[in-house]
Amino acid sequence: MLALHWKNALALQLNRRSGGEMSNYRIQGATGEWEVVIGLEVHAQVTSEAKLFSSSSTQFGAEPNTQVSLIDAAMPGMLPVPNQECIRQAVRTGMAINAQINKYSRFDRKNYFYADLPQGYQISQLYHPIVGEGELLIEADEKAGLPEDKVIGIERIHVEQDAGKLMHDQHPTMSYVDLNRCGVALMEIVSRPDMTSPAEAGAYLAKLRSILRYVGSCDGNMDQGSMRADVNVSVRRPGEELGTRTETKNVNSVRFVMQVVEVEAQRQVDLIEDGGTVVQETRLFDPTSGTTRSMRSKEDAHDYRYFPDPDLLPVELDDAFLEDCKASLPELPDAKRARYIEKLGLSVYNARELTAEVETFGRFETLLAETAKILGKDESALATQVANWSLSIAPGVLKSLGDEANPAYSTAEAQAKILKMQDAGEISGGQAKEIYEIVLKTGRDAEEIAEAEGLKQVSDTGAIEAKIDEVLAANQDKVEQYRGGKDKLFGFFVGQTMKAMQGKGNPAVVNELLKQKLG
Amino acid sequence: MSVDRATVAKIASLARINMSEADLDTMVPEFNTILNFVDQLSEVDVSGVEPMTAVIPNKLRLRADAVNADPLTGGGIRDKILANAPVAEHGFFGVPKVIE
Repeated sequence: MLALHWKNALALQLNRRSGGEMSNYRIQGATGEWEVVIGLEVHAQVTSEAKLFSSSSTQFGAEPNTQVSLIDAAMPGMLPVPNQECIRQAVRTGMAINAQINKYSRFDRKNYFYADLPQGYQISQLYHPIVGEGELLIEADEKAGLPEDKVIGIERIHVEQDAGKLMHDQHPTMSYVDLNRCGVALMEIVSRPDMTSPAEAGAYLAKLRSILRYVGSCDGNMDQGSMRADVNVSVRRPGEELGTRTETKNVNSVRFVMQVVEVEAQRQVDLIEDGGTVVQETRLFDPTSGTTRSMRSKEDAHDYRYFPDPDLLPVELDDAFLEDCKASLPELPDAKRARYIEKLGLSVYNARELTAEVETFGRFETLLAETAKILGKDESALATQVANWSLSIAPGVLKSLGDEANPAYSTAEAQAKILKMQDAGEISGGQAKEIYEIVLKTGRDAEEIAEAEGLKQVSDTGAIEAKIDEVLAANQDKVEQYRGGKDKLFGFFVGQTMKAMQGKGNPAVVNELLKQKLG
Repeated sequence: MSVDRATVAKIASLARINMSEADLDTMVPEFNTILNFVDQLSEVDVSGVEPMTAVIPNKLRLRADAVNADPLTGGGIRDKILANAPVAEHGFFGVPKVIE
């Protein structure tokens, strides 16, 4: 098979260990310990304007059946023509998970009869998927139950059509069919059974979602069904052969995936320990009760009679197309995180928090660039200050104001001005927050606010010295004690001076001058 | 290659086509006639020939990602889409309830 390997597209600088190693997650059964084995099949809706094989719109939430073409409705004689953008997005996604890209792939028909699929078959890729083996790194996060970095294998990504939507509760005897979603492009991303705990399954889905959103190949909107996971779970005695797995379909959040693993593994353990056998079957998760139940589908329901789609020639990709795909990739989460730690000197925690979501790092990088520009300083010198501001201070102020804040006023320019004043020692951290509050409420200029509202700290040595002299004169006894060796009193003098200055003294200058005066 | 009665009955059931015993009586020989006809292809020696999907060296054409670029393959034609529906209500197809 013709294939290109993009293994070296990203050099991960982080410590990693190979997939397949066991986490410490165990289920304590009545007869001993059980290990859980998890694989995920994620369906991700490809971001495109038009559908996979027709030019009708993919937009969410339209009036029923208004985005259906004669192709989507499977009218006789209509021929599918693939949308280049859907192919491109699948390839870019494959590259983002270091996967083998197959220059030759093909579409097959998966035959089944159901009201949401007028063709009577789904066009999918069974025999020759567009993307082959890849991998994804989930990062250590002690608090989340992930003691070490771990690489999860990805078996393949193939492109296929979504089906329509059925509504069963609108009419006493009929189901209503809306074909708007019918024919929208999906990527099915199939992992290896490399996960061994609910935390790993959750982290895998969250990381995959993050990568898809970086790449822009899927909006990751799980509420609207843009991403949904089929969760394969089995249990076994530690180190023994794989057990029989069940597949819980269409789980639509990270939390639910973790919950499914937990309850389904426990159900299997209880079943086996009671002398029963796990049946390979499809199950459904009910979020209300927090349990899974069998779909009791008919035995031959999975006889899909796949065969190559005679309406579609093979997809053959040339080097120029692949180069374009590769060149269009942004800096990806792992590379960005490594850069934040190594080049910007950020803490592991800050780097992880900032790189998780596209919006978060977007705001951070814009603000960092703006602050570095107006201060004329190197980004690495300001990164930690800007990171703390972006991650905790700014969101904190925004949250505390609630409806009073106008998010439109939270521009990078306004925030950079505040950070600049703080960096120059003109304002304290507390004043920075106060100024930002006024900015968010009114949209006034940050520097003007600092002046007009008296929100500046005094760095003028003359003014500070005058106050220090007053404090020392009023506390002669303590000055004597300090000079006599009672070092702890230094904090008292700082406090008194700051109080005399209504909290507006620059602490660094106050400290420095106090040290000189107390000698 | 040939198929037996049970296979034909199963294929019909997977396609949700109701077939009586009498229908099967005619359908099984018809299936086998078709299969025998196609079987002639296996008489051709294709050793050394790469599997192909077409004999003409054709390349797959890809479409630009544009909505309703071609009126024949675009949406916004609900009336046409629903024209042949046995039941159409509130813009939906109505089908017999398909939930257990």
